[in-house]
Amino acid sequence: MSAWKKHEVFEKNSFVLLIGILVVVAIGGLVEIAPLFYLKSTIEKTEGMRPYTPLELTGRNIFIREGCYTCHSQMIRPMRDELERYGHYSLAAESMYDHPFQWGSKRTGPDLARVGGKYSDDWHVEHLKDPRSLVPASIMPGYPFLAENRLSSRDIQADLSVNAFLGTPYTQEQIDNAAADLMGQARPDTDAAYEFEERWPTAKVRSFDGNLKDVTEMDALVAYLQVLGTMVDFSIYDDKANAR
Amino acid sequence: MVSLEEGGFAIFLVLLAFACLIVAGKTFDQVMAFHAGIGALIAAVSVFWIFKNYFDDGGEPIPQEIGGKPNYNMGPVKFGSVAAMVWGLAGFTVGLVIALQLAFPALNFDLPWTNFGRMRPLHTSAVIFAFGGNVLLATSMYVVQRTSRARMPGKILPWFVIVGYNVFIVIAGTGYLLGATQSKEYAEPEWYADLWLTVVWVAYLLLFLGTLWKRKEPHIYVANWFYLAFIVTIAMLHIVNNLTIPVSAYSTKSYIVWSGVQDAMVQWWYGHNAVGFFLTAGFLAIMYYFIPKRADRPVYSYRLSIVHFWALIFIYIWAGPHHLHYTALPQWASTLGATFSIILWMPSWGGMINGLMTLSGAWDKLRTDPVLRMMVVSVAFYGMSTFEGPLMSLRSVNSLSHYTDWTIGHVHSGALGWVGYISFGALYCLIPWLWNRKGLYSLKLVNWHFWLSTLGIVLYITSMWVSGIMQGLMWRAYDQLGFLEYSFVETVEAMHPFYIIRALGGALFLLGAVIMAYNLWMTVRHGEAEEAEATPAGSLAPAE
Repeated sequence: MSAWKKHEVFEKNSFVLLIGILVVVAIGGLVEIAPLFYLKSTIEKTEGMRPYTPLELTGRNIFIREGCYTCHSQMIRPMRDELERYGHYSLAAESMYDHPFQWGSKRTGPDLARVGGKYSDDWHVEHLKDPRSLVPASIMPGYPFLAENRLSSRDIQADLSVNAFLGTPYTQEQIDNAAADLMGQARPDTDAAYEFEERWPTAKVRSFDGNLKDVTEMDALVAYLQVLGTMVDFSIYDDKANAR
Repeated sequence: MVSLEEGGFAIFLVLLAFACLIVAGKTFDQVMAFHAGIGALIAAVSVFWIFKNYFDDGGEPIPQEIGGKPNYNMGPVKFGSVAAMVWGLAGFTVGLVIALQLAFPALNFDLPWTNFGRMRPLHTSAVIFAFGGNVLLATSMYVVQRTSRARMPGKILPWFVIVGYNVFIVIAGTGYLLGATQSKEYAEPEWYADLWLTVVWVAYLLLFLGTLWKRKEPHIYVANWFYLAFIVTIAMLHIVNNLTIPVSAYSTKSYIVWSGVQDAMVQWWYGHNAVGFFLTAGFLAIMYYFIPKRADRPVYSYRLSIVHFWALIFIYIWAGPHHLHYTALPQWASTLGATFSIILWMPSWGGMINGLMTLSGAWDKLRTDPVLRMMVVSVAFYGMSTFEGPLMSLRSVNSLSHYTDWTIGHVHSGALGWVGYISFGALYCLIPWLWNRKGLYSLKLVNWHFWLSTLGIVLYITSMWVSGIMQGLMWRAYDQLGFLEYSFVETVEAMHPFYIIRALGGALFLLGAVIMAYNLWMTVRHGEAEEAEATPAGSLAPAE
C-alpha cells in the first residue's frame, strides 16, 4: 500500500479529518503564544509604570472608539530615524496594562507612543478640533464633537473593576473612587482634585481642554495623549539587562 | 407534528427575543438598545416565519431525493449569493469613500459617524466578512451538497446559518459607525456580536459536517477539506482572539483578557490567519471546485492537493508574528514567524500550480470564456501576493515596508485580485446554475468587468508600491548634516497624488462590480431557462 493510499483515512472519515485539522493548526499558535506568558524576559523590568487613571482610561476608550489606531501606531522601532523622530524605542512593559494593545499597523499619521508632553494641551485641543488650522497639509479628520460631549461617570467603576480582574494593579480605593477621580483629575483646585492627587500621586491634574466648567471627552482624550510614553523612567532603565 | 428542529429553534428564538427586549429596556447605552432592538425584532420575525412555514406545508418532511436525484437545498445558497453581491457593492463603495478621504480630508465632514477611523473597519469588515463571508457560505453550501450528492440536513438550520451570519454583519457594521469597537483589526465587533457569531459558526460547522455525514460519495472532495479547515480554524481563532469581559450585560464595552505584548501576538496570530484561513483556505476551496468545473478538466494533481492542503494549514498558522518585526515582541517570536512565512511560499505556489495546471488542455478557453479568465487571473494574483508576502516578512524588507502603504497595496493585490476575482468567477458560475439559466446574460459585460477591474487593480497596487516605498525611504532619509531630512507631514504631502491614483483604481474596480451586478440581475430576470440539469458531479472525483 502506497503512502498516498493511507491518506484515504482522512478522505473517507470526516471526523478523522476534523481532528487532523485541529491538531495541525493548533501547534503553531501554542509554540508562539504560550511562552510569552511564562518567559520572564518577555516584559522588561522598569520603574514608573502605573495603570491609567479613570480619566486617561476613558480617553483611551475614546481613542479606540474613534479608530485612531487605524492611522497612528504606538510602537517605536529601534532604528536610528525612529529614535530621533519619536524617542526611545517602545518597551513591552509600557503596554502591559493595555487591554487591548494599541500598537497599530499603519502610520498614515505619526507614531504616538511618546506623544505625551511633546505638545501643549491647547495645541492638542485645537488640533483635534481642526487639524488643518495648525498643520495645513494634515489629512486627519477633525473631532470638534469631543469638546461638546460631557463625560458620564456611570460605568467607570465597572471599567476599573474589570481591568483589575484582568490583572491591572488598581487598588480597591482607586476602584471605589473611580467616579469622583474621573472628574477630579480635570477640575484643579477642588476637593475632588486634592483627593485624586492622594490616590494618584504621579498623575497630572488640570483642565486638559481648557474648559473648567465641564469635563468632556476632549479632557479625557488629551489626558490620555499627554501620558503616552511618559511613565517609564528612562534615566534608570537598564538597556543591557533587558536585552533579549 | 412540529419537528424537534422547528420547535427547538422557535423556543431558542423566543427566549432570545425576550432576552434582547430585557437588555434593550434596561440599558443606558444607546448602541446596545439599538442592537438589542434589532435582535428582538429579527428573532420575533424568525419565529413567525418558522410557524408560517410549518402551517403552509403542514409539517411534511422535505423529500431527500426527487426522481432518484438529490433534492438539493439551494434557497440559502441563493440568499448568500445575492447578499454577497449587495455587500460587495457596499464594501467597495465604502473603500472608495475612505480612499478619497485620505486624498481630500474634508470628506470626513468632522462628524463621528463619517470619520475615517470608524469607516475603515466598516470597509474591511464589509469586504472580508460581508462580501467574502457570504461568498464562502453560499459556495460551501453549494459545493458540499453537490460533491456529497446529498441535501443539507435540516429545514431551519441552513437558514439560521445564512441569515444569522448576515445579522452579525449588520450588528458589526452599524456598531462601528456608532462607536462600538474592540479595535482589534479584523476582529472589531464587540462582545455580544462575537458571541452571536460563535453560535452561528457552531451551527455552520454542524451543518457542514452533517452534509458530509449524509454523503453518497465515499471520498470527501478536496474542496471540502479546505472548507472544513476554514470553518474549524476560524472558530479557534475567533474564540481565542475575542475572549473579553464585558463591563456589564447592558453595555457594549468590553475589555479583552489579553494585554500588551501577549495581546499583540494573539491579535496577529488571529489577523494573519484570518488571511490564511478565511481569505485563503476558504477561497482555495472555491478554486478547487469552480475552476475544474468551468474548465471541464479534473484537478491537475491529486497528490499535490494532499501535500498542498496539509502543508498550507500547518505552516500558515505560524506566520502571524511577522507583523511585529522590531516591536516589543521578543525577537525569537517574530523570527519564527518570518521563517515560516518563507516556507509558506512553497505550499502557496503548490496550490497556485495545482489551480493553473488544471487548465492543461483547456487553455484555449481563456480566449472565449471571460469567467474562466477571471478565475485564472485570480490564481495568478494569488501567486503574486504569496510571493510578495514572504518577501515583506523578511526583517530587512519589513523595516522599510511596515507602517507604509506598501502593506495596503500588498493586501489589495490579494484581496482584489485573488479573493475578489475568484469570488466573481464563482458567482458568475453560480447564478445561472442556481436560477436554472443556460448562461449569463452577457459575456461581453463580463469582459468589460474583467478589463475595467484589472486596470483598477493595477493602478491600485502600483500607486501603493510607489507611495509605500517612497514614504518608507523619506522617513529614514538624512541630509548632509546628519539631520532627518523630512518632517512627518512632508511625507504625508508626498502621498497625495498616489492617493488620488489609488482612488481612481478603486473607482474602476467598483464600476466593474456594478456592471457585474447588472449582468447577474439580468441573468436572473431575463435569462433563458435551462432545459434539463446537465452538470453531473461525477467528473470531480479525484484523479488518482
